[in-house]
Amino acid sequence: MAVALTAEAVARQSYGKLVAYLAARTHDVAGAEDALSEAFVAALERWPQAGIPREPEAWLLAVARRKLMDAARHRRVVDEAVPALELLAQGLEPWDGGGIPDPRLQLMFACAHPEIDAEVRAPLMLQTVLGFDAATIASAFLVAPATMSQRLVRAKQRIRQAGIPFEVPEHRQLAGRLEAVLEAIYATYAAGWADPAGTEARTRGLAEEGIWLGRLVASLLPQEAEALGLLALMLHAEARRPARRDAEGNFVPLAEQDPASWNLPMVAEAEEVLFTASRLSAPGRFQLEAAVQSVHAARRVAGRTDWAAILLLYDGLLALGGSLVVAINRAVAVAEFRGGAEGAAAGLAALEPLAAEPQLATYQPYWAARAALLLRTGRAEEACEAYRRAIGLEADPAVRRFLQAEHERAARLGPGPPSP
Amino acid sequence: MMPAKSDDEDDSMKFLLLNYVDYAERSKVSQEENGRLYAAYQAYLEALTKAGVLLSNHGLRPTSEAVTVRMRGGQQTVVNGPFAETKEQLGGYFLIEVDDIDAALAWAARCPGAEYGAMEVRPVWQ
Repeated sequence: MAVALTAEAVARQSYGKLVAYLAARTHDVAGAEDALSEAFVAALERWPQAGIPREPEAWLLAVARRKLMDAARHRRVVDEAVPALELLAQGLEPWDGGGIPDPRLQLMFACAHPEIDAEVRAPLMLQTVLGFDAATIASAFLVAPATMSQRLVRAKQRIRQAGIPFEVPEHRQLAGRLEAVLEAIYATYAAGWADPAGTEARTRGLAEEGIWLGRLVASLLPQEAEALGLLALMLHAEARRPARRDAEGNFVPLAEQDPASWNLPMVAEAEEVLFTASRLSAPGRFQLEAAVQSVHAARRVAGRTDWAAILLLYDGLLALGGSLVVAINRAVAVAEFRGGAEGAAAGLAALEPLAAEPQLATYQPYWAARAALLLRTGRAEEACEAYRRAIGLEADPAVRRFLQAEHERAARLGPGPPSP
Repeated sequence: MMPAKSDDEDDSMKFLLLNYVDYAERSKVSQEENGRLYAAYQAYLEALTKAGVLLSNHGLRPTSEAVTVRMRGGQQTVVNGPFAETKEQLGGYFLIEVDDIDAALAWAARCPGAEYGAMEVRPVWQ
């Protein structure tokens, strides 16, 4: 059993490193993955008798490298195999497991390259850096497994055919390219976060893996404020994840969460990381989002939420070209900041320009936000309609039940003049 | 019922979302929860309709009322019950028209029926 556990630990720590190392010169990610999985099989056969090697990574790398060369020879396409073998020989000089820069960062930049479709970047990272299988990734992103496999295969072909480089871009390009890497990591985290009850063990793992990738990038690029910002954002969100459900599994909105149920050491770590980021004087989207979460977290000390600060941060996010979700959250902040029915009316006015967005037909957060604001202005009938829309678009049963309870509350107020 | 949008007639695809229900599981649900579930289905239908993707839908009466007909070598047999006794039985369907299978899966996940059984997503020949 110890062998299996060691193999698993090495797999988690080393998978991406070894794939990156094996594929860096050839750009053949799929070939590297095949060779590596054969090496893991060999390890599980050999280690129980021969004992766990002193340098498991180096052992796996040596075996995988041999498998790669065998595969290249086997193909017997001389013109193709010879240069590939030469590349392998160059790229795979003895590796002591340390001393060289961690190649996983280069692999992540290859996965989030502009030539790779944005939607497949996070799945590709999960597969190549962490060794997730296509079926698990498909479930997490709500995509048909066959479709996901196809997309991953196509992306790897693209890396190979276009010769997408395994490198960290030069300083001038770094910010833009890094954003794509961070987006993909955040998408990984979000896919895990979307299962708040943690009922699905595999997706719960995904949130943790997102944070793990975030830590990796932040540790390899400690001068990049946005990498730190993303890590702070994920840590803040993670600190509150368990608090989103009560003991009976009911959904608990942020405003009603007991700060004592938050993971306070994780909040503290998030604050520290965000502070370090702020000292680099390079603000950006992820730092602003993390700062919003930081203000929410401060409620545990202040006893109230500083909505003026949150509104200011959302203004900043909107100025950076914020998305639909930013605009919706800003409208809610407007309402909370001003308070009461008058604030809710101002929030509704802030939502108004979004009404023409075609995505709204399937976008639950808009309808949930609109419903809550309508209810507070006393427009109960319209609130009911918006709640029904949100309920119909919600996939999480616990959130659906919460929205249904709110809908019932709105329905009890019934049509009629606004309540005082 | 609103007709499905057809801005992009050539690119859209039809999918049948089959709602398989675990009736043993469903029968344990309290009356109050049943009412909530019914309301959730109504909201789901409304969301499908207002998004302009719903072509048709029906809920089916229980399989105890089903009758199965077969023709084998010119011999007809008629039996009471569904064609196969399985834990989950077809309880209803939604025929939708969306851009791709990703969108179809998203709608399947939103169906309240996904909580008490399974949603099978089937592309339609076209």
